[in-house]
Amino acid sequence: MGHSFNSTKTRQARKLEWFPIVNTIVLVLVAILCIFPLIHIIAISFSSSSAAAAGQVRLWPVDFTLASYEYTASRGEFWQSMWVSIKRLALGTPLNLLLTIMVAYPLSKESNALRFRLVYAWAFFLTMLFNGGLIPWYVTLKEYGLLNTIWALVLPGAVPVFSIILLLNFFREVPKELEEAALIDGAGQWTTLWKIYVPISKPALATLALFAMVEHWNSWFDGLILMGNPDNYPLQSYIQTIVIQQNLSNVSRDELLNLALISDRTLKASQIFLGSLPIIMAYPFLQKYFVKGIVLGSVKG
Amino acid sequence: MGTKTRRELPLHLMIVPGLIFIILFSYVPMAGIAIAFQKFIPAKGLFGDQQWIGWENFSYVLQLPSFTQVLLNTLLISSFKLILGLLVPLVFAILLNEVKNAVLKRTVQTTIYLPYFLSWVVLGGILIDILSPSGGIVNGLLVSLGLPKIFFLGDNNWFPFTLVGSDVWKNFGYGTIVYLAAITGIDPGLYEAATIDGANRWRKVWHITLPGMRMVIVLLSVLSLGQLLNAGFDQVFNLYSPQVYESGDILDTFVYRIGLLDAQYGVATAVGFFKSIVSLILISASYFFAYHFAKYRIF
Repeated sequence: MGHSFNSTKTRQARKLEWFPIVNTIVLVLVAILCIFPLIHIIAISFSSSSAAAAGQVRLWPVDFTLASYEYTASRGEFWQSMWVSIKRLALGTPLNLLLTIMVAYPLSKESNALRFRLVYAWAFFLTMLFNGGLIPWYVTLKEYGLLNTIWALVLPGAVPVFSIILLLNFFREVPKELEEAALIDGAGQWTTLWKIYVPISKPALATLALFAMVEHWNSWFDGLILMGNPDNYPLQSYIQTIVIQQNLSNVSRDELLNLALISDRTLKASQIFLGSLPIIMAYPFLQKYFVKGIVLGSVKG
Repeated sequence: MGTKTRRELPLHLMIVPGLIFIILFSYVPMAGIAIAFQKFIPAKGLFGDQQWIGWENFSYVLQLPSFTQVLLNTLLISSFKLILGLLVPLVFAILLNEVKNAVLKRTVQTTIYLPYFLSWVVLGGILIDILSPSGGIVNGLLVSLGLPKIFFLGDNNWFPFTLVGSDVWKNFGYGTIVYLAAITGIDPGLYEAATIDGANRWRKVWHITLPGMRMVIVLLSVLSLGQLLNAGFDQVFNLYSPQVYESGDILDTFVYRIGLLDAQYGVATAVGFFKSIVSLILISASYFFAYHFAKYRIF
């Protein structure tokens, strides 16, 4: 019996030897496919316009130059929109987090500890199921007088319902004994929340904060339609007008001709890279917390 | 009773700010659906004295030939995205799980979901450059292989495939991680037992890995059903152009153009309302099925 078992094993090992090799090749090729387009664009952004136009650039800059970046840095609009994005992140992320915590905590209680719990929960959940659509949303914000203000980018999305659901499920896993001990010590709900629940949920909150920041950084459509004045565009909206709408009208043709080293192609490539740079820099953290976020999401009963 | 109320009151107070926000920014806009039944004049305002015209906006939309096309495009593009968006990560997760070299596995895993975190503005910019028929690297490659150039973003025969392909490119890394997390949850003892019984790689995948992922597969499929009318506004908006409206215009981009560009508020709201209602039905059904089949409870 031992003999036949061994021979089966050897036969299978021989038959399937090709699999790990082919598999590795396929996986590596797909991984390359995910990252090479970005590297190619970065290489173009650091290349001279003639090299880019001649199609010489692959994955490494040809005739290395910083001209496109120097040009971008000389544009007031670029820094202006960068400043709007920074303001948006600085105001939006803490607000998202604060509201997530303050809503998730009561909703994590049992129905007998909080009257109308189900009503509240449904009120928030319903906003995920149904919405008024683009036009009523736009008209409402206009009515509130938010157009052309930074608050239009911060307030409408202030309550991230999906994050609330993740966090309330996380709060439920906190041992009840901790809360009861705090209660005996005479601590109120606010103290219990900030002294026990928030510190214990730091990894979960870090994940949610990171996701809120990515969301704010990447948003471009609200900026585009809610900010009538391009001076108020966040960076992604600004890049959208330059790179996608090809709106180079504010760059004079003469200016481009004078700067022989840049073309609208290298210029766009540099904008694309700058638009993704914070994400690339935060990527080590993002991917560390990312899997945690998924696990967080699956911790529901 | 007194103590209980004193304990409970702060909880209600904590919810109030969040509640005010969703009333102002979700429920008031829902009330704004009234615009769909009005001859809406923006200057009079949301609560102004607008003229009510019943279902006129809806019948106007229905007789537009482009509306049927837009609806078909939306369904076609999103169904392909849904199917491939479920299958590609599933296959990739299983393949990745077969890799024994931990460094390779981690590197591939880390690389594939970078596009997931980038905005469609950035990815759209990248695609427009690399897919360009004049000087783009992809067409350069095709030409050097002796193949004809492809107008990925300008040809109605190719545009929907470009949308589906690039959507999978952006999102499959995320799905792969979700599936891998599910595979990690499978009892390793099952694989050991199967190995002793002489089961080969494929049998183990078929009889252990796939059944072990059954719940996640059902859950993701069912939940994605609710997205059937979301063909991907951010992506389409950044990639399309008038010459591919025929194959690539979707409900959301349609609403944007007739609403915000042509200022036909009533008509655009009517289309948006139609979409919201159908989505509500689909999402409700998907949560019901998710609860029924996968015991999934959202709160």
